[in-house]
Amino acid sequence: MSNQEKLLTMTGISKSFGKAVKALDNVQFELNAGEIHALLGENGAGKSTLIKVLTGVEERDKGEITLDGKTIHPRSTDEAQKVGISTVYQEVNLCPNLSVAENIYIGRAPKTKFGGMDWKKMNADASKLLSGFGLNLNVQANLDNYSVAIQQMIAIARASDIKAKVLILDEPTSSLSQAEVNKLFEVMKKLKAEGMGIIFVTHFLDQVYEVTDRITVLRNGAYVGTYNTSDLPRMELVSKMIGKDYAALNKSVLDSKAEKKGSDKGEPFVKLDNVSHQGTINNIDMDIHKGEVLGLSGLLGSGRSETARVIFGLDSVSEGELKIKGEKVNFKHPIDAIRKDIAFCPEDRKTDGIIGDLSIRDNIVLALQTKKGLFKKISKKEAQILADKYIEQLEIKTPNADQLIKNLSGGNQQKVILARWLATNPELLMLDEPTRGIDVGTKAEIQKIVIDLASEGMAVLFISSELDEEIRCCQKIIVLRDMQQAGEVSDEEISQSAVMEIMAGGDNA
Amino acid sequence: MKNKLSKWSQNQAFWPIVIFLLIILINSIMTGGDFLKITMVDGHFYGRIIDIFRNGGKLMILAAGMTMVLATGGTDISVGSVMAISGAIACSIIEGNLLPSLNGSVPAAIVLAICAGIICGLWNGFLVSKIQIQPIVATMILLVAGRGIAQLITNGKIITINSDAYYFINGGYILGLPFPLYIVIFLVGTLLLFVHRTAFGLFLESIGCNPKASKFAGIKVSGYLLAIYTISGAFAAVAGLIESAGIKGADCNNAGLNIEMDAILAVAIGGTNLMGGRFNILSSVVGALIVQSITTTVYALGVPAAYIRVLKALLIIVICLSQSDRFKQALAKAFASRKRREAAV
Amino acid sequence: MTRGENKKKKFHINNVSLLITIVLFVAMFIFGSIRYDHFFSISTFLNLFNDNAYLMIAGIGETFVLITGGIDISISSTVAFTGVFMAHCLEKGMPAFVVICLALLIGITVGAVQGSLIHYFKLQPFIVTLAGQFLMRGLCVVISEASIPINDSFFKGMALGRIPISFGEAKPLNGKIYYYVLIVMVVLLVSIFVLKKLAFGRAIYAVGGNEQSAALMGLNVARTKIGVYIISSFCAALAGIVFSFYTLAGYGLQNMGMELDAISSAVIGGTLLTGGVGSVFGTMVGAMIQGIIQTIVTYENLNTWWTKVTIAGLLCLFIVIQRVIAVRADAMKGKATAE
Repeated sequence: MSNQEKLLTMTGISKSFGKAVKALDNVQFELNAGEIHALLGENGAGKSTLIKVLTGVEERDKGEITLDGKTIHPRSTDEAQKVGISTVYQEVNLCPNLSVAENIYIGRAPKTKFGGMDWKKMNADASKLLSGFGLNLNVQANLDNYSVAIQQMIAIARASDIKAKVLILDEPTSSLSQAEVNKLFEVMKKLKAEGMGIIFVTHFLDQVYEVTDRITVLRNGAYVGTYNTSDLPRMELVSKMIGKDYAALNKSVLDSKAEKKGSDKGEPFVKLDNVSHQGTINNIDMDIHKGEVLGLSGLLGSGRSETARVIFGLDSVSEGELKIKGEKVNFKHPIDAIRKDIAFCPEDRKTDGIIGDLSIRDNIVLALQTKKGLFKKISKKEAQILADKYIEQLEIKTPNADQLIKNLSGGNQQKVILARWLATNPELLMLDEPTRGIDVGTKAEIQKIVIDLASEGMAVLFISSELDEEIRCCQKIIVLRDMQQAGEVSDEEISQSAVMEIMAGGDNA
Repeated sequence: MKNKLSKWSQNQAFWPIVIFLLIILINSIMTGGDFLKITMVDGHFYGRIIDIFRNGGKLMILAAGMTMVLATGGTDISVGSVMAISGAIACSIIEGNLLPSLNGSVPAAIVLAICAGIICGLWNGFLVSKIQIQPIVATMILLVAGRGIAQLITNGKIITINSDAYYFINGGYILGLPFPLYIVIFLVGTLLLFVHRTAFGLFLESIGCNPKASKFAGIKVSGYLLAIYTISGAFAAVAGLIESAGIKGADCNNAGLNIEMDAILAVAIGGTNLMGGRFNILSSVVGALIVQSITTTVYALGVPAAYIRVLKALLIIVICLSQSDRFKQALAKAFASRKRREAAV
Repeated sequence: MTRGENKKKKFHINNVSLLITIVLFVAMFIFGSIRYDHFFSISTFLNLFNDNAYLMIAGIGETFVLITGGIDISISSTVAFTGVFMAHCLEKGMPAFVVICLALLIGITVGAVQGSLIHYFKLQPFIVTLAGQFLMRGLCVVISEASIPINDSFFKGMALGRIPISFGEAKPLNGKIYYYVLIVMVVLLVSIFVLKKLAFGRAIYAVGGNEQSAALMGLNVARTKIGVYIISSFCAALAGIVFSFYTLAGYGLQNMGMELDAISSAVIGGTLLTGGVGSVFGTMVGAMIQGIIQTIVTYENLNTWWTKVTIAGLLCLFIVIQRVIAVRADAMKGKATAE
């Protein structure tokens, strides 16, 4: 390793948000030229903050970054790009209304003699560049004509084409099929051979072992260590990522799960009979029983959130039948589902969950109020009692219920949203990525709450992209692929490999 | 005692009321007490203060409706045109040009004018909630076309009418107080009851802060949007009746001209965030009184009307800036760095 | 990777909308020609430019703002204010050249201030430009309540100077355009060049498509957003100059509600109010449609308010059409990913 030249070093990086939240605490990181370096850690470990500091989206509080021996201090993505750091994000960050070629070259397009953009050359260059990635597209078509996976490849093509020294791939594979992932790895290896340093952030440990040279692990905003990939056994890596205290929490979760074996299976609370919604899910068949935690697994865009949307009345049932307690329903609006005792914590907490400028109390009573209707107002006193009850029960960390929810940390916001739905006394609780971006401790707490709720007789639909979390919480996991049901595993069969196999299964794309 | 005072001062309406009292105080001092003088003639109260309440009636009503629209993050700049339409319809009916079969019935004219306002509001609400046009464009359509419609109703003429019953809407007195004040108390009171006794207020604030999350929580967002634009339209129609009763006729070119700015200013002074979210109707009504008293004061000082408009426009920007988080941050930063520099020296 | 070979050209929203617009224009022109004597002539067509030059310029400026997803409702006041300001300065004996430069400078300043408030302090565009609208209307009256006539020789020259255009001997084949129509052409060509060929222009579309992405791709969002408000106000000032050529007077109450005409022009010409899509050529056709409506209303001898009402109705219609197309396009996209 020492014979390679050091490209990028970050030392003593600290960053906090507000007074309480310390996202990064004295973190270090090192990248060599011609190296693929994995940056690992659980959600909330500080990976994305570190990336944001490096790309100028956030400014660091303390610490030093040197690139090629020179100290750098990027204040915007633009500045970061100029010094040679380019990034591909998990969500496609391109402009849907521009052509494929423009999305690759915007901001640095070839010019004609008159100072205008040379569209001809740009289109030709784009075609050539993409064919290097095995993509043969109409580069003049608007970007939004292509699928998310292709858009992601285009984003990678853009990032790699900018004469970058450092390429950051922030969970780029979550929306790609296996074949596409393989293609991406080929490209990564090619770029590595050309001397580029690549930082690879991912959840998939297989991919880490397949393609990376070194691994740096973060936990709770702190630096754990840097290791050669070949020297670090997988079990050891996992324990470094989750830490020791986590094992204890894990045990309590497992214990409570073990307690409630053998739920009675009568009539399902919700029955999906060949349900489709045009463009998002096809022929989904499943039952959710009371007292059961049903997991829904699959890659991004496989239809897992979309299934919950249909059950909650956000999308209509275009084919098939949705039955609640054996009765066929046709929800037109979430309120119809809420009145049937269904609750849904959406994936995107910030845009779909919290009402940022309202107090915790208002956020908690909101759904119960809509369920009761406009004219049966919940008095301030009743609301206060409810809020206090859930603040105590869910251990929401706040001085009082008058605080604005936007001032809470992510984990506490999630608990408030959970409280909002628990207040409605639901029979079915649907949770979409309830632990995303939440610190490890709170995460386990939420998992435990979920299992406890089920043992009290609630039906729970649990959606998560973290497999181990699903495995820990669910009695049965249904795996979706390409908007269809790909298979299911239950009870003793549940294991990471079993689910992954179905997820990847018969891949012919 | 101290506790109570600090509790009051936290109410959104506290500062607007203080400002209003201050303006009155300044005026009283400048006029040597004339401002405060209330005389009794024929059992009616007269005086500057009474004038402010009477002339501010329209604005108070508009501000109440506008508060809710702004609370949802929208805007309604068509209120002036709706006022023109309502005045045009009422006066045309009373004069007998429109629907002569009604024989110029004043109650029928009032009802139909308010119905027209409701239809205008429904139309705005339909464009905003169903077609999802930005509120500014949706209501601008009615702002421009509405005045045209009013012109078409009156055939482009200024109508003058002769009806004491109609004049009463603006000039009448009950128990010595001007009638518009009773209209304000009735409309605003009903609205306040509705907002506070039901969950309407909570739902509106929720929609204003985050419409998408509100839908996820089960609120029928588009239905509520439709409702508040309709209320705003109906209120504007009432304001239009007061105005046209005041000038004893319908002037489609000037009725309610530029009043949307005053209404928005009143809401802003009342402390409701124009970006949507938390709102306080009572506070906006006081805001309307402030706007009206500023206008009265400035007129009394002999300053041309044009300057008032410039002043109001600047005031809006200043209030918006004071509500902007970004601006506060920038200010705090500038302040901190200055302090640091001073400390270094 | 068979998906990549899908080269089927998809419908673009602006294409369909612009096509409808052009068909509508031709239909209206034919309707007028059949219904009225003397309607069908080159002169009728050219007069659309002569009478609506200021609207075209202002509409083109507004289009820039709309493409970024913003809105500028201060333009009519800017037109009126520059008009009054110029008339006032000329009355005081200032040379025409200086006055025109000052007017343009005012436009740039107004745009820069509005754009900065909107971008840096995250104020809503409609509140800022609404306040701007009132501010400048107020300032007009502060300068003069009455209409100020312009007697400057340069302005008079521009007001009267015409270029005859002839396609033959017959009367319908002859017409003329005023010099200031050439300004429209210059503005149009420059705008097309900026939007199609310059990095700045493409950044405008990028910001309208997805502001966050544009920032992450390293584009200068601040410059782009403030830039479009400057362009809009600059064009409004230029429109004010052309309007003074047209009327030879400055009057503070002139052009009330013109921003709706400008926005209508853009929307009728295929610009999406949600941003990201739009063309200045479309805006010009949109302005011509409004011109032809006005002409027909005049020929029909109707109340001029009918023009406003009809245009507002047309705007609604086009917004609805755009939404229908957008919903369909979304449905098609769903299918494309399903392949």
